[in-house]
Amino acid sequence: MAKLRTRKHKVVLSRSAGGDAGITFLLVILGVFMFLPMLYAIMQALKPLDELWMYPPRFYVMKPTLNNFRDLFILMNTSWVPFSRYIFNTVLISVMGTFGHLFLASLCAYAIAKVRFPGAKVMFKTVETSLMFHATVTAVCSFMIMSAFKMIDSIWAIVVPAWCSTLGLYLMKQFMDTNVPDTVLESSRLDGAGELRTFWIIAMPMVKPAWLTLIIYCFQGLWNAGASIYIYSEQWKSLNYAITQITAGGIKRAGASAASLVLMMAVPIIVFVVSQSNIIETMGSSGMKD
Amino acid sequence: MSPKSAELKAVSRTDITYRQWLWKEIKKNKIAYAMVAPYMILFSIFTILPVVLSVVISFTDFNMLQLPPNIVWLDNYITLFFDDDIFLLACKNTLIFAAIVGPVSYLMSFLVAWFINELSPRIRALVTLIFYAPSISGQIYLIWGTFFSSDSYGWANATLMEIGAITEPINWFKKEEYVMPLCIIVALWSSLGTSFLSFIAGLQGIDRSLYEAGAVDGVKNRWQELWYITLPSMRPQLMFGAIMAITSSFGFGGVVTALCGFPSVNYAAHTIMHHLDDYAGQRYEMGYASAIAVVLFAIMIGANMLVKKALSKVGS
Repeated sequence: MAKLRTRKHKVVLSRSAGGDAGITFLLVILGVFMFLPMLYAIMQALKPLDELWMYPPRFYVMKPTLNNFRDLFILMNTSWVPFSRYIFNTVLISVMGTFGHLFLASLCAYAIAKVRFPGAKVMFKTVETSLMFHATVTAVCSFMIMSAFKMIDSIWAIVVPAWCSTLGLYLMKQFMDTNVPDTVLESSRLDGAGELRTFWIIAMPMVKPAWLTLIIYCFQGLWNAGASIYIYSEQWKSLNYAITQITAGGIKRAGASAASLVLMMAVPIIVFVVSQSNIIETMGSSGMKD
Repeated sequence: MSPKSAELKAVSRTDITYRQWLWKEIKKNKIAYAMVAPYMILFSIFTILPVVLSVVISFTDFNMLQLPPNIVWLDNYITLFFDDDIFLLACKNTLIFAAIVGPVSYLMSFLVAWFINELSPRIRALVTLIFYAPSISGQIYLIWGTFFSSDSYGWANATLMEIGAITEPINWFKKEEYVMPLCIIVALWSSLGTSFLSFIAGLQGIDRSLYEAGAVDGVKNRWQELWYITLPSMRPQLMFGAIMAITSSFGFGGVVTALCGFPSVNYAAHTIMHHLDDYAGQRYEMGYASAIAVVLFAIMIGANMLVKKALSKVGS
């Protein structure tokens, strides 16, 4: 019997050695399954052309090179719309979408969680229910609604729906429920601060982990948004779309294409690494009550 | 707020009726309504309205050209279920896909989260990253296309040929018998998302003293601990995770299209989502497409409700 000492406390829980070994074994198998494709993607990006088209192919790179990334940047510079434009578009869409979402969702979450007004529960239940279906269901009619509002072929078609994405509101409301004590808000109200002021000065600083989580979720969605059916003008397309476009050139661009996959995945992963502890903290209150 | 709880609140106020009390509450909370308004209005326009509109349009033959559209009542649904073999095939594929990817990804998320719960924080963070990364890395799943490439330069083909299992390269994503299993594997690989993080946080949040009390009360091993203490304590996370896992298990149409093309060979991996795309994006038969969307909507909500009900019984 292997004994495991839990942190902080001195109580000893029984752990069988067989169980430990089995769990470690399973974890390693699953970990390899998850990690190998990522590793393979990185290997492919570092392979020189003759290794990419070598027979028999190897998993590992023998002479790693950054040439693929250089090729990718050269290809970027030859594109018809200057590449800085695509980067500008993606940054603009991400920033506008993310901060609009953060502000609107927090405002709404605060009112629902902390000002108990008639109708709040119904509103939250509706939002919760909308987590149960995928956006593809509403895509057709969203398109019609957007064209009615003349939003098609402008960045608003991407930005405005991002403002009212549901997961963010859900997580923010749950986090406020558990992490913003009513007594603090009450004393602020007694001091004569209005609801808006209480929200901004007292509640918002207490939910920083949730901000970060909302920002990251929204950013990931917008960053990974590829070719959109809502935007057809070349000068408003996203970076992700442009990169898919230039690397779709077949065999000759296999190296650049491998490099672009790694480049596009690096950004969300780095963002997650930096913010992991905050996201996990937010998820602590994500539970759904029946 | 239900009338019942309102009555409870108004117990000390017998001088006013429920209706008067409600009106007073609404007037008192004007600022709260102003705070929820911007989000709720947008949410209504871009989420609630499309659902309602889909139901309405599904009773018509709207096709973007002829105006006004004719009302055809249930014709679209009748065609869908009795005259459209590809739709039935798509239904079958979608259900197989969701029935495998949903539960397996849910279980994998929970087991991995549970396995790493007792590791040191640094190692836990690293393992979390390894398992979570595929779900946030955009189009990284395309690497599976390279790995299972159709020619002998693909690693899978080359290796199988090397050991003599096959003599000719297999065109993996164009063969009916391989398309579904491969897509399911890729979907599973990239499915450890929000529910996974939620489980990790849920496990971390369980009060340690519960385990101590359990040990005193005769909990002998980790399995008993899991069943009697861990699972009941994190039921809210289990519920949330289930919903995220089920919903996303219906959303892997993009992965299939990217790997197998559209339509997939002999519709072998054709899902309801692809059928919807086909009628809305290519043929502009919006009435028919809306009927498909309504069916898909009903399936998703139904699956979620069912699982929610089942989960509320865990540990009780």
